[in-house]
Order: sequence, then C-alpha cells, then structure tokens
Amino acid sequence: MTVTTAAPPAAPAVRPPAIGGLARRFSDVATLTGRNLVHIAREPLQLSDVTVQPVLFTLLFVYVFGAGVVLPGGGSYKNFAISGLLALNLTTSSMGTAVGLSNDLNSGVIDRFRTLPMWRPSVLVGRSIADVLTAAVCAAIVALTGLAIGWRPGGSAAGIAGGFAVFLLFSYALSWGCACLGIVSKGPESAQGIGLVILFPLAIVSNALVPTQHMPAALRFIANWNPVSAVTAASRHLFGSPNPSASINAWPMQHPVAASLLWSLVLLVIFAPLASLLYRRRASD
Amino acid sequence: MTSALMIEAHGLTKRYGSTLALNGIDLEVPKGAILGVLGPNGAGKTTAVRILTTLATPDGGSARVAGHDVVREKAAVQRNIGVTAQDATLDEVLTGRQNLVMIGRLSGLRRADARVRATELLERFDLTDAADRILKGYSGGMRRRLDLAAGLVTRPPVIFLDEPTTGLDPTSRVRMWDVIREMVADGVTLLLTTQYLDEADELADRIVVIDHGQVIAGGTSAELKTQTGGARLEITLSQPHPGAADALGPYVTGVVDVSHDGRRLRAPVPSTTGLATTVVRALDQAGITVDDVEVRQPSLDDVFFALTGHPTRDADESAAASTESDPDPSAAAVSEPHVRDLEVARP
Ligand SMILES: Nc1ncnc2c1ncn2[C@@H]1O[C@H](COP(=O)(O)OP(=O)(O)O)[C@@H](O)[C@H]1O
Ligand SMILES: [Mg+2]
Repeated sequence: MTVTTAAPPAAPAVRPPAIGGLARRFSDVATLTGRNLVHIAREPLQLSDVTVQPVLFTLLFVYVFGAGVVLPGGGSYKNFAISGLLALNLTTSSMGTAVGLSNDLNSGVIDRFRTLPMWRPSVLVGRSIADVLTAAVCAAIVALTGLAIGWRPGGSAAGIAGGFAVFLLFSYALSWGCACLGIVSKGPESAQGIGLVILFPLAIVSNALVPTQHMPAALRFIANWNPVSAVTAASRHLFGSPNPSASINAWPMQHPVAASLLWSLVLLVIFAPLASLLYRRRASD
Repeated sequence: MTSALMIEAHGLTKRYGSTLALNGIDLEVPKGAILGVLGPNGAGKTTAVRILTTLATPDGGSARVAGHDVVREKAAVQRNIGVTAQDATLDEVLTGRQNLVMIGRLSGLRRADARVRATELLERFDLTDAADRILKGYSGGMRRRLDLAAGLVTRPPVIFLDEPTTGLDPTSRVRMWDVIREMVADGVTLLLTTQYLDEADELADRIVVIDHGQVIAGGTSAELKTQTGGARLEITLSQPHPGAADALGPYVTGVVDVSHDGRRLRAPVPSTTGLATTVVRALDQAGITVDDVEVRQPSLDDVFFALTGHPTRDADESAAASTESDPDPSAAAVSEPHVRDLEVARP
C-alpha cells in the first residue's frame, strides 16, 4: 500500500462543539434518519415491503374481494377498501423498525455510535422518523394505485389530509412498539417472525378489509376495539368513504377520530419510554 | 490536568457472570507514548479497552482518559478518543465515504468539514478507489483500514486499537503496521492490544503482558525478550550426524536438543543477524547437509512460559480438551513436544 507520506496537514485537532445543544440533537437525529433511509433504499426486501407490496395488495384485494363483499349500508368496495389497505400496509410495514433496529443491535455499529459524543436517544428517534417517512411513501403508493383503479375520495381536501395524518400518527406510535420488539428479540429473523404473528392478526381482525357485522361475536368485539379498526374508520370518515362501522354501537366506532388519536397517544406514552429503557439496558455492559 | 498521563487505570475489575474478566488492572500511558497490551485470547484486553472507551462500566477501580473520568465524564472522554474495536463497527450497507461522513457528523463536525475529512482519510488509507462502494464488497484488510480511519475522523489525541491485525494475512498485516506507525507520528497517545509479541515489538514503546485479567509483566520489548532467553534455532539435517551438535556449539547459548531420529536439532541462540547463514556454513564445512533451518523469534507463548511457567490459556485448553475428550494416548503425545521444546529453551 502506498501510505501517503506527505505530512498530514498540521491543522489543529477538530474540536467538536459540546453536546447537549438542541441543534446538535437535531443534527444527530437527521444524520441517523438519513442513514436509515439509505438502508431501506438499499435493502431489496425492505424496499419491496413499501413499494411492490402495497401495489400488489391493493390490486389483489380490490379485484379478488371486491367482487364478493357487499357493504352494509351500500357503497363501492373500492372506495371502502383503500383505507383498509392503508391500514394493512402501514401496520405490517412497521415491522421494518423491529428488523432494522435488531440488525443494528446485532452488528458492531451501535458500539461505534456509543463511543461517539452524540445524543444517545438519536439512535431510536432517527429510526422512528425514518420509518414514518417510509410509511408516508408507502401510503402514497397505495393512494396512487387506488386513484389509478378508480378510488375517488369524497371528502374535503382537509378531510383527506386528516385521514392520512391519522394513519401516519398511528404508524409512528406503532413503530415505537416495534422498536421494543426489535430490542428484546434475539435477531432480525426472530423480530420479523414475532412481529408478523402480532401485527398480521392485528391488521386482519379489524374492519380494514371486510365489514365486521358478519364476524362471530367474539371476533366482532375484538375488531370493534382494535386500534386498527379505529384508525381505519377514522380515515373512512375523513375521506368521505363508505364506513359501515359508523352504525356499530361501540364507543370507538362511534368516535373513530378521537379513538384513533387516543390509541396512538397511549401507544406512544407506553412504548417510547419503554423502548428507551430497553435500549439503554441492552446497549450497556 | 496535573499529570502528563493520557491514560491511567487503577485496580479495574469487571465480572461477567462467573468470569472475572478483569482482576485489578493498572495501566499508565504518558502523553505521546504507545503502550502495547499483550495477552492471549480471553486475557481481558477487550474488556479493558471497552472500559477505557466508555463502552463498559467497571465493577471496581477507576480510570481517566485525557484527564476525564471514564464513568462520570463519558462525553468528555468521547470527545478525546478514537476507537478501533476488535470486531468491525462499520455500517455494512453504507459506502466507505458515507461511513466516515456519518461518524464526522455524529462527532459534531459540520457537514462540509466531515466531507473534507472523509476524503482526506480515504486517500491516506489508500481507499480512494473503493470510497463510493458499499462495504459488503470490501476485503478484510480494507475494512480494517476503514475502521482505523473511522477512529481518526476528529483527530483525537488518544487512540485505542484492539487487535488491529488479528485475522489479516501477512501482507495486510505489514501494511497495517505502516499505517499505524504513520498515524502515531503526529504525537498521539496510543493503546494497542495484540496477541503477537512481534507486533507489540514493532509498534509499542512499552508492553504490559496480561493474563486472567491481571498484569503479569511490563517493560520494553527488549526487557521482555531477555526474560525469555532470546531466539531459537531449529535445524533439520538430511541425515543424522554424530558431530552436528558439537558443530553448533559455538553459536548457541544453551544445550542442543537432538530428536530421537537424530535429524532435528534445537537450541537457544542470541538474536544476531545473519545467524542462519553462519550456522549453515559451519555445518557445511563439517560435511553435514542441511534440509531446513529456522531462527524463530520468541512468541507470546515463549514469553508466557518464561513468565508463568505454563503455556498460554489457549494451549492449556486445547491440551486439556484433547486429553479429556480423546483417550487415545497419541493425542496427548502431540502436545508434549511443544512443552518440552519450551523447557529446553528456558534459560
Ligand atoms: N459480554 C461478555 N459476557 C460474558 N463474558 C464476557 C463478556 N466479555 C468478555 N467476557 C469474558 O471475559 C474474559 C475476557 O474477555 P476479553 O476481554 O474479550 O479478552 P481478550 O480481549 O483478551 O480476548 C473472557 O473469559 C470472556 O469470555
Ligand atoms: Mg479481545
């Protein structure tokens, strides 16, 4: 190897500013958010989860189920289904948080971060922000696919924006739960496995893809109180789409927007501090 | 700071479950010095480095780096150190350049400064061509160089290298030594761990030998080598020759050990240059033909044996394992010449 023998510039040691400043925290979070986005863009599996899968699911569900489902109270299945597909895709893609964090924790990169004078929580905060940005891309792809096949939201512009906001907030809250899973799991495969077992039923036993009216009593009860149902119903309400759940006599179905905001808040209040605690415990010895 | 010590540790202890990884380690490294921490696998080297670099909390004792306490003033310590851990700590999915820029940003450099510094380091470590490729395609040697560069982004005054050449092929290893020498030319303080005496010899001003979490010896490399009785000569003859041992007499410093078949001869020798040539010429003049000649510099095993009277734990364990799990007596016999060899070599 040709070690450059030209004397290294006698510049003074670069003295990083003291940590703790708000600007430093923002900058650390932004750096790690950018890094995580590069990861998602370069991992074919994670990338397809938020690009190919939403298109595929949207087409499959609309054309396969759409033919057979009759909505109580009437309305087009297509207009009903897009909110449900947003729910399904965003719920399952939040698993990326668990997998990505678990990958990091099982590689040496966290040790590198821990020797740097950076704001420690930025590892988790940067992860959650990258994931909510990814969720936004995923939501946009579902919406565009929907528009292409004839989805026409009937609500106001503010309503439509609100419908997406409700989803992204929920997705953000859920990603903190997935962060906990990523921290406690042994590795990315087990994080993925456990995540699927929790998130898939959560997305399916809900009003997302079929009206709950014809479910057996026990499932119907679960579905009516499932946060995914609240979020989906809220978006249907705000999008001005058919929302059969509005006739169900359960508090979250009667007040879907309030219920979905409450659910997101509860998830955040529980899982964000828990994730920090678990992370601090795991990344120390 | 009242003293010129850049690294000082007193009575560090650390327990993992039932393993006492560190059992009271003391270290002192003055400003600008290079300390080699030499020890076999499991001696506690990595644990010591992890404590000094704020990654692990000691159970007992205290340590200061660049004048700051490693437990109570973590952030101040972190601003003064560069670390290259034993295992890779780079981001496999980013490019070499992205890794260095990210580390610069997370160390508080402005974006432009981080970019300039990354380019500078990539050039210095001969990684310019690979700079914009992701790490998955890097060779082992390239990774190690990038990991080293990652520790230098902020030009830290104190640097820790944990086994920087373990797992590298001989060529990469020598290249790495050059890189490290160049790196310390700017007057930084360096703590380097290694399992190889020759590496510590090449790079360090002072060496401490650790075993079972304790410092068992310290000194310059010459002092340590003296304790082990210098180098060893090993010769294989084409045919046994009764005069061979006598012919070697003038060049060795102890008893010449002749193998059962009379073809292999071993003896302690002084570490003089050209010794192999001299010996072969002398044997040739006595009408003795030589198949193979080797002058072996003392290894960590030799230092260990000389210091403790037992081989390194690795050798211990493999010998124990082979006698325990394999009742075949020939298995035990395999490890025997190794030990006898060292006994003969003892001063
Ligand atoms: N995180 C850990 N958990 C359990 N045991 C550990 C851990 N780290 C180190 N040890 C044990 O502590 C001892 C010293 O290890 P280490 O410091 O890695 O030695 P070295 O770097 O010299 O090979 C070993 O017996 C090792 O098994
Ligand atoms: Mg080690």
